[in-house]
Amino acid sequence: MPIEIPKDKWTGSVKSITIGATSAEGGTRAKSVTLGGQTSMPYLHYEAPMPNKPVIAIEIKSRKPDDWSSALTEDWGDVMADPAQWAKKAEEAGADLIALSLTLADSPEDAVRVVKSVLAATGLPLLVWGPGQAEKDNDLLVAVSEATKGEKLVLGACEDKNYRTIVATAMANGHLVQARAPMDVNLSKQLNILISDMGLPKDRILMDPTTGALGYGIEYGYSVMERLRLAALQGDAMTQFPMLVTPGFEAWKTKESKVGEGVPEGWGDWKARAINWETLTAIALIESAADIVVLRHPESVKRVKNAIEELMMA
Amino acid sequence: MALSGIQIYKMLPQTNCKECGFPTCLAFAMKLAAKQVELSACPYVSEASKQQLAESSAPPVRLITLKAGTEVKAGNEVVIFRHEKTFYNKTGLFIRVKASDPDLAKKVAAADAYKVNYVGMDFSVDGFAVEADGDLAAAVKTIRTVSKRPLILLGKDAAKLDSALSLIAGESALIHAAESSDYEALAEVAKKHKASLVVKADSLDALADLTKAVQAKGVEDMALDLGGKNMSEWLTRSTQVRKLAIKSNLRALGYPVIAFPCDAKDEGVAAAQAIAKYAGFVVLSEFKPELLYPLLVLRENIYTDPQKPIQVQPGIYEINSPKPDSPVLVTTNFSITYFSVANEVEGSGLPAWLVVTDAEGMSVLTAWAAGKFDAERIAKAIKGFDIASKVSKKQVILPGHTAVLSGELEEELPGWDIRVGPREAVDLPAFMKQALN
Repeated sequence: MPIEIPKDKWTGSVKSITIGATSAEGGTRAKSVTLGGQTSMPYLHYEAPMPNKPVIAIEIKSRKPDDWSSALTEDWGDVMADPAQWAKKAEEAGADLIALSLTLADSPEDAVRVVKSVLAATGLPLLVWGPGQAEKDNDLLVAVSEATKGEKLVLGACEDKNYRTIVATAMANGHLVQARAPMDVNLSKQLNILISDMGLPKDRILMDPTTGALGYGIEYGYSVMERLRLAALQGDAMTQFPMLVTPGFEAWKTKESKVGEGVPEGWGDWKARAINWETLTAIALIESAADIVVLRHPESVKRVKNAIEELMMA
Repeated sequence: MALSGIQIYKMLPQTNCKECGFPTCLAFAMKLAAKQVELSACPYVSEASKQQLAESSAPPVRLITLKAGTEVKAGNEVVIFRHEKTFYNKTGLFIRVKASDPDLAKKVAAADAYKVNYVGMDFSVDGFAVEADGDLAAAVKTIRTVSKRPLILLGKDAAKLDSALSLIAGESALIHAAESSDYEALAEVAKKHKASLVVKADSLDALADLTKAVQAKGVEDMALDLGGKNMSEWLTRSTQVRKLAIKSNLRALGYPVIAFPCDAKDEGVAAAQAIAKYAGFVVLSEFKPELLYPLLVLRENIYTDPQKPIQVQPGIYEINSPKPDSPVLVTTNFSITYFSVANEVEGSGLPAWLVVTDAEGMSVLTAWAAGKFDAERIAKAIKGFDIASKVSKKQVILPGHTAVLSGELEEELPGWDIRVGPREAVDLPAFMKQALN
């Protein structure tokens, strides 16, 4: 007996945005990455084809981090001392994008030098994050933005208490911004409105709804993303942006990933568990409509990449 | 056609006897309308009403219970997205074992004994899926010497299944799997032993035909094996089955789904998808705590009621036997927030008083944004729990994310020194060592 498959018909769609510019597009990237454009919930190809696959960014730091788990540092090795080498290795590991986070110790000159060295070392489009202190973020990101005009970087993160300077410099220099709100549909919308009101074109905004790792609030991030995407498909213009989340950052700050000693026996083998923690966090978020997942461990990258490939098979 | 709560109420005895577990017949009727309970919970409903209500009161996804010494339930779900209400019956996680395995007893015993704690809850494996690649009856016998958990029997030989199930009379097992070529014999065995039966087909059309055929043989309790050659195909089918059951009220596919990540290219990834996307039962290839633990946590997170975040009791928590000169830390009563902070401080070995405020179960940032963790509430907790009587140094450490509250809190708590701690719990030990000494 043939069954009639119910299909949701949505009126809205996610904006399609492009990160990175090739030389023909006014930048120096080997290729750009296009995201978004969905007209259905993720991977339901029978409802509507998914125009762009989600992508993976690998997070690297401008200076060798001293607080990363040895489960990470052992696998990246010496390249962590040199962002350009690190970026190169990340590209080899399968990254579609590089997410470079700057630190409080960087001066604007340092930041520009590091960003340029990373741009020279890899052909991938770049996300650049400030260290997370408003004033410092603005100093570093403005310098980077001006020195890389036309590259279509993603500058982040814009938050409700600090977005104006970053949006203004992104607007002036042809970059995109990452709009981060703390796991709340309305706060995300509100920030997107504030940013749009400044005149930044809508195809240059990425939403970062924030998430928690497995066991540390992922259910909130998961449902906020589902709700944001449903709102987008229902036609709410201020939610129609591709979504970026940082399962790597979240997972690797948990005790389950970070440490191998003094933890319950029931947690199992440390290294395998740590990578499972990051990979499963990322998979759950991919299922709930993430367009970019930012990861840290090369093995997680491989696993999530394979999953995306399978999910994209129509 | 689904009936409203009021329509159903008119068909109930209206005696408010409470034996169904609800305070009034109307409350029970409302639950029936929402398809969250079964009519059989009412002992006094008339035969006529029963028939009339049967169709409308059956939950869109049939509740399947596997029972031995412990119980696993699947089904009774009412929504597509967890935020619409909640997911009810947590995906059962089963470990696959082979009847032919000479180490069967040892392997089952190890997995059976597994216990892991997550935010105050103990998790374990739900049961075992036994592959009939050897003497199935002997294997079941062996397993029952070391474990009382429910079983899934993976095999198609009706005679073997029959003798194995005879050994566990009184239990409710699950048989995997009937296909169009052999469903009659398997339905027979399932019926005889009151077992549930998985039906398997490579399209939803064929699956629906098969469930009807099995039902005609007298078996009501079924689960669906959706096949699917990759994650995309499985997700499509699982989503379609859920939507057909809930939105189209299609009885023929209104059964829980069983998934076999053990056969996938990446078991962990496939299992995560199955848990997030509607599987009622998941079969894993072996007992591996490093994968089992994250899956158990994922399951807990996905099946947490979005309306009821897991909370801890507000109050003063003593960590590492604090003394009067130990620092006073403040956080919210969202369980994950509490455990992150408490674990870090405990791990550091440094003593501290942890004041947990009533933030309605929200994390620090969310509570702060929602006005549930402000200077007034923090001050109320500090005063209400009378921490001043326990300490010699009137100093409070605020979470770094709420540094903006320090001015206001100074006004609310005259005589107290307000300090701003780190944003993340992970950084607390370093902060306590450096900044506080």
